[in-house]
Amino acid sequence: MSDADQPRTGDGNAPIIEIRGLNKWYGGFHALRDINLTVGRGERIVICGPSGSGKSTLIRCINRLEHHEQGTLMVDGTMLTNDVKNIEAIRSEVGMVFQQFNLFPHLTVLENCTLAPIWVRRMPKADAERLALEYLQRVHIPEQAHKYPGQLSGGQQQRVAIARSLCMRPTIMLFDEPTSALDPEMIKEVLEVMVDLARSGMTMLVITHEMGFAKEVADRVIFMDEGQIVEAAAPAEFFTNPRSERTKLFLSQIL
Amino acid sequence: MSTFHRTTAEMVTPRPPPPLSRGVIGWLRANLFSSWFNAAMTLLAVYLLWLLVPGILRWGLLDADFAGTTRFDCQSAGACWAWVDQRIYQFLYGFYPPEQAWRVNLALTLLIPALLPVLFDRMPGARWARWFSLAYPFVAAFLLVGGYGLAEVPTDRFGGFMLNVAVGLAGILLSLPFGILLALGRRSQLPLVRLLSTAFIETFRGIPLVTFMFAAALLLPIFLPPRFNLDLIMRVIILVTMYASAYIAEVVRGGLQSLPRGQYEAAQALGLGYWRAMRLVILPQALKVSIPGIVNTFIALFKDTTLVIVIGLFDILNIGTSMIANPNWLGLGTEVYAFISIFFFVICFAMSRYSLHLERRLDVGR
Repeated sequence: MSDADQPRTGDGNAPIIEIRGLNKWYGGFHALRDINLTVGRGERIVICGPSGSGKSTLIRCINRLEHHEQGTLMVDGTMLTNDVKNIEAIRSEVGMVFQQFNLFPHLTVLENCTLAPIWVRRMPKADAERLALEYLQRVHIPEQAHKYPGQLSGGQQQRVAIARSLCMRPTIMLFDEPTSALDPEMIKEVLEVMVDLARSGMTMLVITHEMGFAKEVADRVIFMDEGQIVEAAAPAEFFTNPRSERTKLFLSQIL
Repeated sequence: MSTFHRTTAEMVTPRPPPPLSRGVIGWLRANLFSSWFNAAMTLLAVYLLWLLVPGILRWGLLDADFAGTTRFDCQSAGACWAWVDQRIYQFLYGFYPPEQAWRVNLALTLLIPALLPVLFDRMPGARWARWFSLAYPFVAAFLLVGGYGLAEVPTDRFGGFMLNVAVGLAGILLSLPFGILLALGRRSQLPLVRLLSTAFIETFRGIPLVTFMFAAALLLPIFLPPRFNLDLIMRVIILVTMYASAYIAEVVRGGLQSLPRGQYEAAQALGLGYWRAMRLVILPQALKVSIPGIVNTFIALFKDTTLVIVIGLFDILNIGTSMIANPNWLGLGTEVYAFISIFFFVICFAMSRYSLHLERRLDVGR
């Protein structure tokens, strides 16, 4: 294992995610190949790479939306196995934001945010609503609380999705291409919320091709291709002095 | 170059639509006379109504006879309704003891407060009223069958429209939850659950209901030891329920499949387990999409209650059919079947209108 697999900031002695020898197949297709990755508490990681490179699959393994066939995956001290109790414990600690927002269209914005705190955390409704409004404030849309997702713009929906995840007070946030489905004029408002979140010390794994965001907040940038971590480095190093030919090619295409 | 570069000198302020697109005339133009073809169809429809309606009115009301004790008392050219007065009790209650008929009436009346809080969840006090809705099936069964101080009425005295309503209502109430479970079972990750659900659904969809009716009436008593001998109406209710839930399951499965995968994943990612994700996120959306199909199945179920005729139960249709075999009322098929049709139509049409209301009501925020 190289240095680049180790956390660059945060408390390196207490890694929050430890991935060892992770392998995953879809049928005969080898989607993740010998992945080793340790994420420190409070570390911010940006993952990039061409489509089909396994970036989504990797972060979806962390909250077990995909299950892995080989290797070990430890999240905040809990080993991910088939044990449903462990999976649900980890899912309530790990927030996830999807490319397609995936808000629940039959619930209002406020109900979207209070659903999990009420049903998973057993929080009284009034407390859950207070918490939800606090986070909606933080993503700058408290005034939309009683609207339905279908009445909001894409950027607003994605910010609600972030608030919804935060209402569970997660220790880790996963972002799966959060701005890829947005119109250009709305990308900025979502990125601002994410930068703000990064500054607050949240552990974040972000799949994105917004290299400005990577340069601004990432502690480490990881480039994946063909199910492997090809290169991992601090952003300054990664963007100015990429070592692998494939990274250079990829960067030349997106920058 | 400059011909391609244009800016608007002044922004256009909103204006109301032109007057002819609104009001009665606007509605007529939009809906009945929007094109030459539509105008022709409208006129044709008016002509057909003009042909049919006066004839039906003359036969059914103006030229009809309403009094008498046999069909021979009906002398005019129109319909003979003399039997209604004589036989209405049988049509409605079958052979239920007349001095106990109040129990059927009470059970039917109580259905209203039981259904309202379920059908209209914005009604004030609906949360509390729903406890009564839950208890209603037991209250109704107690009222109809009796026991515990109330005179017992054997179920072979059940008949007429009350039998159709009892079987139909029980089937509707039971088949929805059972059908939802079957739909979830058919999409389950567990192979055994999936296999059993699929086998159940395909068996009940693949064999005519009448065949099952015969089997329930004739075969089950042969195979089951006498002490398991379930009441015949109970057997019919179970059968109709299983039959309808196979259809409900497929309708609901269609609704489940129409939801994007991301909905389930988002619920999972929030830590809601399988059952909570289903109950709070997936089913509310899937059932909403499935409303037309579910109500369709309910309507079919209600009409299929007339199939109990093949196992010798006297529902409203069987009572009508046997009445017109009576020499006193021979040949009054048109009147009897028209009369029975009205009962079914009113209830089925009400279900259909309610489903439209529900769709509109749930169509929020889209």
